[in-house]
Amino acid sequence: MPYTPQTPDDIQEMLSTIGVSQVDDLFNELPAALLNPEIELPTPLAEQEIREEMARLGDKNRTLDFYLSFIGGGAYDRIRPSLIDTITSRAEFATSYTPYQAEVSQGTLQFIFEFQSMIAALTGLEAANASMYDGASALAEAALMAMRITRKNKVLYAATIHPRWKETIRTYLEGIETELVEVPERDGILDSRFLHDHLDDQTAAFLVQQPNFWGFLEDVSAWREAIGNARALWVQASDPVSLGVVSPPGTLGADIAVGELQSLGLPLSFGGPYAGYFACKQKYVRQIPGRVVGKTTDLEGKTGYVLTLQTREQHIRRDKATSNICTNQSLCALGATLYLSLMGATGMREVARQNHDKAHYLAERMAAVPGVNLISSRPFFNEFTLQLPLPASEVAKKMKNAGILVGIHQAIWTGSEDRLVVCATETKKKQDLDRMADVFAQTIQG
Amino acid sequence: MSIPENLRYTESHEWVREDGGESVIGITDFAQHELTDIVFVDLPEVDSEVEAKKACCVVESTKIAADIYAPVSGKIVAVNEELNDHPEWVNESPYEKGWLVRIAPSDKSELDTLMNAADYQSHLDSE
Repeated sequence: MPYTPQTPDDIQEMLSTIGVSQVDDLFNELPAALLNPEIELPTPLAEQEIREEMARLGDKNRTLDFYLSFIGGGAYDRIRPSLIDTITSRAEFATSYTPYQAEVSQGTLQFIFEFQSMIAALTGLEAANASMYDGASALAEAALMAMRITRKNKVLYAATIHPRWKETIRTYLEGIETELVEVPERDGILDSRFLHDHLDDQTAAFLVQQPNFWGFLEDVSAWREAIGNARALWVQASDPVSLGVVSPPGTLGADIAVGELQSLGLPLSFGGPYAGYFACKQKYVRQIPGRVVGKTTDLEGKTGYVLTLQTREQHIRRDKATSNICTNQSLCALGATLYLSLMGATGMREVARQNHDKAHYLAERMAAVPGVNLISSRPFFNEFTLQLPLPASEVAKKMKNAGILVGIHQAIWTGSEDRLVVCATETKKKQDLDRMADVFAQTIQG
Repeated sequence: MSIPENLRYTESHEWVREDGGESVIGITDFAQHELTDIVFVDLPEVDSEVEAKKACCVVESTKIAADIYAPVSGKIVAVNEELNDHPEWVNESPYEKGWLVRIAPSDKSELDTLMNAADYQSHLDSE
């Protein structure tokens, strides 16, 4: 739609109608001292000078074109087919704002419907929404949804969930009557004894990340039976690429599956924008938060797409809506849809397999260094955690000088001085893994 | 607009039928007409307690999700489970097949505060 600003005549007519002679008169209420304050700006530069200045600033950045990175922790380095950007940069997609009106947005609604279908297929569940802001808030919303469904307010969550996601859960649940219980970690996975003791019929939900923050797969048998007996909901956060090789949550028995879509071909972009996925069993679909697109037929019997189940949303249900979210991350969801389409089932299995194999090769080489040990013997996907004989940050600093980002080493993330969380994705070649392992061995053995 | 004589009514368009000491409730013909095609009914749990004038169910059509208020306080002894598969019964037969819940009232005097058919008709006329 074209943007047509008002002409001076339009403005004059409007002013006359409301009995004002000039636009500035509408601001007469404000103290004169606050109007048009002096703002200290540098002198303007010519286009070429600006270009040089921005290049100088940009040159201070170091991207993954410069470093060989083994950092994971919820945001992953991926091989991204270039066709994704070609399509997402089309103006119809890139510039549209909340395009849900069925009469003018059939293309958008159709890809969202396809996105939902793919997420349902990937997670082994029956219904999915149009996407959330990110994985962390999707997990928090799942906790709220479980409390609504079960009409209970005790929520158990694994300490092995990503620390930022745990913070987000606590923030979202603040101000609501809830009992939040963290199930502590024990040797890289959750403490099953504690879980067993606290998962009872007062529990609304158990939240778990799979694989967990340390990279290891939690033992599903620790809660699978107990959660059914407790009539609590199993809420699982999974990296979508891991589902190419790990059993999907729905197949295992999860009620709600959430996660971060960055892994599906979205650029790292210094932390965002990202998007969350949200899927659940059909019987819970009326409690799902967010937008949902449905497929229907019009008066002429032609297929069309619409927003559906809108009575959950706040524009109809107001304070009793399932959530305050009234949008989705459309462009990011489009990117993820394109990635999944280009990969297909075969490609997804291949990407997952490469992640798995490369990480395992690297783990074997790194753990072979004397004094270095995996913190758990549980299976893992593309991330694993090592305990080092030296402070992890020292090791990381030395390896950074050699052009390698060895992994997550900071104590604010790991809660420890000697833990290192390492990730290897399909982007690494064998020689990259060998080089990393060699430099690591040298750094440890000094 | 059908308003059966043997029922009592609330201002929020619920009806009550006394049956063997229990109160069966639903929504009136006027209400189902205003809501249009009902697609889902969210019923309370059996054995849960309800308070008069507080929401006890939600009736959802394509355009709105409306709270249904309990006309009397008490305990839910039965809910119309068939509405899960046939929500349209609330439109087709709001006083019979489309009943919502059955309550064992805790305070029978609350029934006396409800309107009879004639008063409900006047209420509709004035709205």
